[in-house]
Amino acid sequence: MKDTSHINPLESEAIYIIREVAAQFEKPVLLFSGGKDSITLVRLAQKAFWPAKIPFPLMHIDTGHNFPETIEFRDKLVKELGLELIVRNVQDSIDQGKVKEESGRYSSRNSLQTTTLLDAIEEFKFDACIGGARRDEEKARAKERIFSVRDDFGQWDEKKQRPELFDMLNGQIELGQNVRCFPISNWTELDVWSYIEKEKIEIPSIYFAHKRKIFLRDGLIWSHSDYVYQEEDEEVIERMVRFRTVGDMSCTAAVFSDAADIASVVQEIRDSSISERGARIDDKRSEAAMEKRKQQGYF
Amino acid sequence: MEVLKIATAGSVDDGKSTLIGRILYDTKSLTSDKLEAIEKTSKQKGYDYLDFSLATDGLVAEREQGITIDVAHIYFSTAKKSYIIADTPGHVEYTRNMVTGASTSQAAIILIDARKGVIEQTNRHFFINNLLRVKDVIVAINKMDLVDFSEERYNEIKADFSTLMAKRDYQDQHITFIPVSALKGDNVVNKSENTPWYSGQTLLEHLEDLDKKDIYNTGTPRFPVQYVIRPKTEDFHDFRGFAGKVYGGELSVGDEVVALPSQTKSRIKEIYFYDKKYQTASRRSSVTITLEDEINVSRGDMIVKVGDLPTIDKQFTANISWMDSEKLEPGNKYVVQHGVNKVLAKVEAINHKINPDYSGIDTDVKALGMNDIAEVTFKLNKPIFFDAFKKHRTNGSFILIDTKTNNTVGAGFIQ
Repeated sequence: MKDTSHINPLESEAIYIIREVAAQFEKPVLLFSGGKDSITLVRLAQKAFWPAKIPFPLMHIDTGHNFPETIEFRDKLVKELGLELIVRNVQDSIDQGKVKEESGRYSSRNSLQTTTLLDAIEEFKFDACIGGARRDEEKARAKERIFSVRDDFGQWDEKKQRPELFDMLNGQIELGQNVRCFPISNWTELDVWSYIEKEKIEIPSIYFAHKRKIFLRDGLIWSHSDYVYQEEDEEVIERMVRFRTVGDMSCTAAVFSDAADIASVVQEIRDSSISERGARIDDKRSEAAMEKRKQQGYF
Repeated sequence: MEVLKIATAGSVDDGKSTLIGRILYDTKSLTSDKLEAIEKTSKQKGYDYLDFSLATDGLVAEREQGITIDVAHIYFSTAKKSYIIADTPGHVEYTRNMVTGASTSQAAIILIDARKGVIEQTNRHFFINNLLRVKDVIVAINKMDLVDFSEERYNEIKADFSTLMAKRDYQDQHITFIPVSALKGDNVVNKSENTPWYSGQTLLEHLEDLDKKDIYNTGTPRFPVQYVIRPKTEDFHDFRGFAGKVYGGELSVGDEVVALPSQTKSRIKEIYFYDKKYQTASRRSSVTITLEDEINVSRGDMIVKVGDLPTIDKQFTANISWMDSEKLEPGNKYVVQHGVNKVLAKVEAINHKINPDYSGIDTDVKALGMNDIAEVTFKLNKPIFFDAFKKHRTNGSFILIDTKTNNTVGAGFIQ
């Protein structure tokens, strides 16, 4: 092709942000969950530095309750691209008595990740963590900056956010502070899926329709698994489902779907009338659920 | 794909959040779970209509007080374009948020309550969007349902606003008036039957028709180098790529260029986007370029075309928008971040303060406080390569960083 005018401005923006992170910080890391957003970030980082390698490692905070398909995928990707992967486990934080496992009907390890993440940031002295959060996901995320400064305790103070003007990103921080960086802030769920389709990016199989043992609760589809608390009267059935978002098994609900390939997934998202976070059980806890978790240092 | 960023400005209760909620609703961008949440909360509060403002007011404090206190971003798309709305609050004390929202936007919507007409706040909203040189401004005269869709009232407000337009500095700004009711949906997405006297476009029709080429036309090509790519691998042993985003015009293979500050000349050898080569790097694309000659270029340097040099100077005068509670005073030192380049700067003089409501200037100013706008002269420890803001929206702007707190404390527009 002759010129670069066909390139999606959101892609150029994300590449610009990733390059700023690499240039402005001494020890950045890309937080990798095995979900589609962090997989997209890896592709964008490849593009940002080609023909050189991605100049920072990936880090996965493993709850121990991940879908096995995600972990398999993660290891394959890292190997193929020759990337450095750091894994830190929530189980270790539990064993060390730093966090307490939740119990009961809505128990999940999702919020426990925060402690493990903050410990890992301190252990490796990371000054910037690149994440795949998007502003369209949730109302409190809509106010998040692209460079979001966290204090020594990893906390987010929405009243002290730095204004971001034009595309200038201010990454200056004090020792002990770190910055969460969100290159795909301005992407929507559909933008991510369309990009995965266009770029032919591989993603874990659970994003596509498959037969799974599930049960229904509060109008949501839960995976039948050892990690998910289940009442005796909650009947297990087998259905064709897929996941729109991939987190911990205990906090990610499925949707009924026959979309078995990327084109049908994109079409399904286009037609869909439920927002992506509608399938995140952790947000349903209360209207301000996300904002509270963020103030505590959640990603 | 086309992405249009829009800033909104309106005073408290002008119905800004309602307007955005209405756009989302009428473009079918609200998902069923979001709509369900809005219906549930509206009912709990005892409203007999849907409170669309709940779709955008994100933070707990805001929901409690029923006001918007920070910039929120809202996304929706049509078959033609993707839209990003920066929802900025309209209180007097939040000039900084409005400046922030306008800085990334190509279009702005200013809301006026048809019952109240042009108020002091309206002057401020218009002033800021004009100062920031937002290309397209839509004046949405809202709550038309509460003035019986009166053409006379609409024309009155339009005439009042036109006196403001005469005072503006950036005369080429496109301005369009639209009578709307965000609550009822008139002329927002769908044409209203209540305004037969209005033959113009609806708000969304207007946004859909904005021409991309025109809106992004922001001066000549500037290529600030963000990152130097040196793979040092067998296949790319001598590769030395300069990564960055193209601002203003285009750069092509074979172009004669100058690297600043060294002023060394060379030619563009290759243009890459990822692993593919291109003839031309279009504006706003993040590319990697290589040069014919081995010259020393590092982050913060700038590549421009021969014969089209920016101003290279250690001193400049700029209009600044001050955003911090600590005062700006002559003699203070800050970091100036100009694109990806950072230099130390000292405030030489505050020339005058500009009242953002078109009521003139104050020349006897000792210090600047939060939300002040003023003309300030700076001295730098190293030269930077800039254009006047009115000639180049990206290469004419900068931010000020406090050297102690590291916070972004101001934004500047070079004269």
